[in-house]
Amino acid sequence: MKKIAEWIYEKRPVRRGYNMRTLVVDLGALSLAVTGEALPEAPGWIGEKAVTPEMKRQFVGGKGFGLKLLWDGTRPSTKWNDPENEIVIAMGPLCGNTNYPGSGKSLVVSLSPLTGVPIDSNVGGYFGPFLKFSGFDAMELTGKSPTDLIIFIDGDAGLVEVYESPEDLESDTHILAEKLTRAFAASESEADLASVAVVSAGRGAENSWFGLLNFSFWDRRRGGCRVKQAGRGGIGTVFRDKGIKALVCRYSSLGPDDNGAADPAAFQRIGLKLHREIMALDEGQSRMRTTGTAHLMEIMNDYDLLPVQNHRFGQDPRGPELASWVWRDLFTQGLPDGCWYGCTLACAHAVDRFELSTGPYKGQKVCVDGPEYETAAGVGSNLGIWEPRGILEINFYCDTYGIDTISFGTTTSFLMECWEYDILNVERTGGISLEWGDWKSVCELLHQMAAGKGLGQVAGRGSKYLSTYFVERFDADPRLMKDIALHGKGLEQSQYISKESLAQQGGYYLTNKGPQHDEAWLIFMDMVNNRLPSFEKKAEALHYFPMFRTWFGLQGLCKLPWNDIEPDDNAKWAEPSKVPEHVANYRELYSAMTGEPLSQDDLIRQSERVYNFQRIFNLRVGHGLRKDDYPPYRAMGPVTEMEYLSRQERYDRQLSEKQGLDPGKMSLPEKMAATRKYRQAQYESLADAVYVRRGWSKDGVPTSEHLVELGMDRPELLEVVEAHLQPWSEYQPKKPSGG
Amino acid sequence: MVIKVLVTRHDKCIGCMSCVSVCSKLYSRDENPAKSRIMVENLSKGAFHLVVCDQECEACLRECPTKAISRSKAGILVIDSKSCVGCLACVASCPIGAMHWYPAAAVPFKCVACGACARTCPRDALELVSKEAGA
Repeated sequence: MKKIAEWIYEKRPVRRGYNMRTLVVDLGALSLAVTGEALPEAPGWIGEKAVTPEMKRQFVGGKGFGLKLLWDGTRPSTKWNDPENEIVIAMGPLCGNTNYPGSGKSLVVSLSPLTGVPIDSNVGGYFGPFLKFSGFDAMELTGKSPTDLIIFIDGDAGLVEVYESPEDLESDTHILAEKLTRAFAASESEADLASVAVVSAGRGAENSWFGLLNFSFWDRRRGGCRVKQAGRGGIGTVFRDKGIKALVCRYSSLGPDDNGAADPAAFQRIGLKLHREIMALDEGQSRMRTTGTAHLMEIMNDYDLLPVQNHRFGQDPRGPELASWVWRDLFTQGLPDGCWYGCTLACAHAVDRFELSTGPYKGQKVCVDGPEYETAAGVGSNLGIWEPRGILEINFYCDTYGIDTISFGTTTSFLMECWEYDILNVERTGGISLEWGDWKSVCELLHQMAAGKGLGQVAGRGSKYLSTYFVERFDADPRLMKDIALHGKGLEQSQYISKESLAQQGGYYLTNKGPQHDEAWLIFMDMVNNRLPSFEKKAEALHYFPMFRTWFGLQGLCKLPWNDIEPDDNAKWAEPSKVPEHVANYRELYSAMTGEPLSQDDLIRQSERVYNFQRIFNLRVGHGLRKDDYPPYRAMGPVTEMEYLSRQERYDRQLSEKQGLDPGKMSLPEKMAATRKYRQAQYESLADAVYVRRGWSKDGVPTSEHLVELGMDRPELLEVVEAHLQPWSEYQPKKPSGG
Repeated sequence: MVIKVLVTRHDKCIGCMSCVSVCSKLYSRDENPAKSRIMVENLSKGAFHLVVCDQECEACLRECPTKAISRSKAGILVIDSKSCVGCLACVASCPIGAMHWYPAAAVPFKCVACGACARTCPRDALELVSKEAGA
């Protein structure tokens, strides 16, 4: 490979969780060197930027730093493929510690091709921790290079090198990540291979809008590269658009306490407590160590929450064919599979030696990472696919092509429903039959998407684009398209049926980036256990949980060890859904790392500052108002007669109990219309209550007073909100956008 | 495979702690029971229970994310301190509590069947033997 630039930086140990600096790389400036022109001196193409104490106080780290740097680097008019759009990878103070399970997460932030607003994605793998221990709290990538580049951070030497990517170097991750790992490892020894981590995308990210980033880690027991995904919102698409082939980081001296914790013994004590809890209780609780998140499959099917056929139904008699025990038998190795050291919850399972039966790698035996629940549901039940091998095939190709399985699943289920309604036919699909369950056709669509050809190319632009495209090109019913294209702001919904839980509709759609379940998962609290009976209770949950869960993204943590394992006596405590003992662990960990105390209120405040900042960022780019917060009706209730009839007893009972109507005297269309009207009104009331609780106006704008209270009354934020604020009483509803 | 292991005879132990003392002094240059690779639990009424690695179960070896724990040529489970990242998953995975850690010390520690304790024991409660694994 041809080296075109290098930069030496001063190595410094991490202190109390922070390096207090960001690595900035300008791809546009670097592209000069490709054509033989002289590069400007640093910081012209590369440099370090200080993390100020104020930035640390207000934005904490991780996603907070990512959003702050993205804001500073872009303008209100910046689009995803403008050179000034950025990708920021940021870690957070707790990231990389090897004691507390789930501590290896990086947060990736960019303006999304799908939504136009900032997306943030939480990802495992070794790159983030290695980058942090190499000397940086974040890496900011800006500009665009017409030639593909590889950026190598050598944390051992304190050196950044840039290489021109060879033209014949594959893009697909399962080949690229392993090749680069071997190329940049100091030797072929296991320890050296495990000291290199790669970020890459794939062909699919070059040709679709929901491209993802794969973050690698060397699996010592398998002797090969594994990957975890920053999946949501198309960051991989931005990555390839910028001309980045891969990022590589090498850090060989990983040891205990590379974070420089104020109190390392406290980390050991609290980490050990959770390790012991996991080992004693996991098998009787979530079985993450053996089955991972796929343990949810039969639970969701039993509770009528598993997406089936584009979320029309929540249950299917074939559900057990994709149940956890099926995956448990398929997962190989049987040893703990963590995506960062010290994670004993170890949910990153894989199927080895899986023989592919379609596509460019047909006949080869590969290692498939996963499937996790979202993938098994999204490209399985949701597409009417009940064959595990079909799901594994799609899972593998999505990963190596760099395509998000959630967006791919939700978009493809939309296409399949359109096929059923004759909006699509063989002529319009270019010969692909999109019958429910036909996984080989789905693979064909996926291969087309990766190659940027045919229907696959159009489908790769996502559900929002397609719903308009079908109206314009195929004269599809605009209302139906709007109802069944399952997205918010342009981001495809993840894989839980939200129809029967108003709180979960809020959990999905009263969000900053769009309907992703990482903000709030309230279905059981709301629908199954009926713990949120009033709008106020729902609003409180839709305040607390999004704020609490945002905190993981500020610190570089995984959410799963918070409540996918619970202390034995959790149910005895007040508010068990918050898992109070684990919240106490997090507060203690923060203090043990930074040396600063953190009360429960402080913790929520840290998140609130960043959450409101992100909301205002949405506003700044034109999408942060109430009109942007509506779900498509498929996420709220029965769109079609078959959906109503599948739950007729429930819906009829609700008409009489909640609305005082007599369903016996109503026709089916009347019953559906009354249900729809009622549910939409309920959502309006929910939005009102949530906005009040969050300190926002009726139009969903954070108020100036609230920003003052949070200590976020920064002039650039006040300027944005004041342009939109109006008194609650003067609010006039606007036409919902997006969904 | 032949492994070296410390055989414990709990009924002979009188709780004198000489094994703990020699072990912590030998490996940490500190007379501190918390730094010993062998532990003596007082069951009261003059009964004691000796806790030490049986060199057989390998739960720690399976759990270690860096493969820092391996079986040495002498058949002993050992920790390579250079590879260890101090996560303490091995401490949690040990079913009998024979993997130890000391606050803020980088690496956990365990019995390596050196026999120093057995040589010190006044009552023959400890004996270093070679045996076939699983026998």
